[in-house]
Amino acid sequence: MNGLLQQDVNQETFVLNLGPQHPATHGVLRVKLVMDGEYIVEAEPVLGYIHRMHEKMGENRTWAQFLPNCGRMDYLSALSYNHGYVAAVERAAGIEVPERAEYLRVITVELNRISSHLLWFGAFVLDLGGFTPLLYAFDDREQILDLLESVTGSRLTYCYFRFGGVYNDIDDSFITGTREFIKRLRRRLPMYDALVTKNIILIKRLKDIGPIAQDMARRYGATGPVARGSGINFDVRRHEPYSVYSEFDFDIPVYQEGDSMARYMVRMDEMEQSMRIIEQALDKLPDGPIMAAKPPKIIKPAKGDYYHAVEAARGSFGVRIVSDGSNSAYRLKLRSPTYSNLSLFDEASRGMLLPDALALMGSLDLVIPEIDR
Amino acid sequence: MLLAKIKEALNSLYEDVQEAPEETPETPETEVTVEETSPEAQAEKSKSGEQEAGPEAEAAAEPPPPPGPREKDYTKKGYHLDVDLPPEKVVAAAEILNRENFFIEAITGVDWIDEQQLEVVYDFNHFAQLCRVVIRSRLDRNNPEIPTISHIYQGANWHERETHDFFGIIFTGHPNLEPLLLPEDADFHPLLKDFKA
Repeated sequence: MNGLLQQDVNQETFVLNLGPQHPATHGVLRVKLVMDGEYIVEAEPVLGYIHRMHEKMGENRTWAQFLPNCGRMDYLSALSYNHGYVAAVERAAGIEVPERAEYLRVITVELNRISSHLLWFGAFVLDLGGFTPLLYAFDDREQILDLLESVTGSRLTYCYFRFGGVYNDIDDSFITGTREFIKRLRRRLPMYDALVTKNIILIKRLKDIGPIAQDMARRYGATGPVARGSGINFDVRRHEPYSVYSEFDFDIPVYQEGDSMARYMVRMDEMEQSMRIIEQALDKLPDGPIMAAKPPKIIKPAKGDYYHAVEAARGSFGVRIVSDGSNSAYRLKLRSPTYSNLSLFDEASRGMLLPDALALMGSLDLVIPEIDR
Repeated sequence: MLLAKIKEALNSLYEDVQEAPEETPETPETEVTVEETSPEAQAEKSKSGEQEAGPEAEAAAEPPPPPGPREKDYTKKGYHLDVDLPPEKVVAAAEILNRENFFIEAITGVDWIDEQQLEVVYDFNHFAQLCRVVIRSRLDRNNPEIPTISHIYQGANWHERETHDFFGIIFTGHPNLEPLLLPEDADFHPLLKDFKA
């Protein structure tokens, strides 16, 4: 960085510190920017402000004791993280999950995905200077939080899944409540469309801003809406069907443009697809137990390593387990999607105006505790 | 299809592994040899190579389990291809995977303290077809060094920094091997099994 500062007297650059406390970084992320006037020459994200070493905790606790940690990484789609971890341990220990439990997992995870996208929607538009949509989005998200609270017992840091099933069955009020919510959101989405998506200010802020080429997404390992906004048709739910996702009919929204608008559109479309999955799951919901008949009290997976990935709200969340056959993990690697998605920020933001780079950053949908882990 | 193709391509790396100790201990030109050989020639070479390697491996004190990429039961393991490589071959493997348009999912380490070894694990996946490839490499725990692949996969940059943070593994040639998640003055590696807080 010093070299850059000294190389040319005519091209004066300066270092601008963005964060760690900055509304646009949504948490404690710091970005060291080398600026040429209003243009970015180099951007270096500085991570680790809320690093808690979850992976070490995974080695120090039993398999079950680590469950609550999952909800504290990606706190906006905690159930996806629950799902990834539980599914990885189930694969390692060979635990069968009853069908009804898998359906409940899908229903709650997809509700959680919608709530995550709604919060992103509000916060993203807030980044761009529009305050009102945040209030609308929070109003809708509140309904989901109430629904999930009635089943899981918590509103944000869910710990609902267990090895071999889920902790609590749903009741009729949850089913009717969910159907009503879907009706409600279907009325609201056209309003968002008219109020925000078709808004000329938003379009001017996002169209052709922060293009991410397919190859760049691949080299950095970007997944989720970031990859799908760059024309990559990759969704773990379809690509590597886990749980009961293969039984539902849903589309994977893919946009070719690669700009911030494309990533915005992917998430807006995904909400409708999640609602379709939930509707089908509620229609087909089988009866039966919600826990495996005899889940082992003490889980001791066979020696070896195992991998399981799920599609979290922000991309592919992977869990790599190395077991030595004992009651806790020998090594627990948590592959968080935003970590990879953010790593392309330096290359993607070069030459951009600072306010445009903030639009790009918002379109990556960052959750800092998940990056830092 | 992709699995068979990549397995064959990666198999060519093992030719060099077996030949290397006899002729040249360090072969930086491995990438070139990989590119020059056609797939057919590689297949032929691998057949003859395995036959030759068999007795040699037995002669050596510890016969490694059949060399080459091993296919795994996906439903049990969660990945398709397991590839053990010596550290100097990892770059060539990454180049092969890059040519086939794989993307990098993660890099991490495992501390095998009983064997005094550190393992580096690379997870690759493909956007078009489901094919998970795991590359692993064992390093000496007291001198853990492995070449970087961040010039091939830019995404590896952060993953390697993280692995350096947690395990102290040195990725030679890495442009900026500073602590990323740990404090900037951190001189400890928390995921080592003998780490005491």
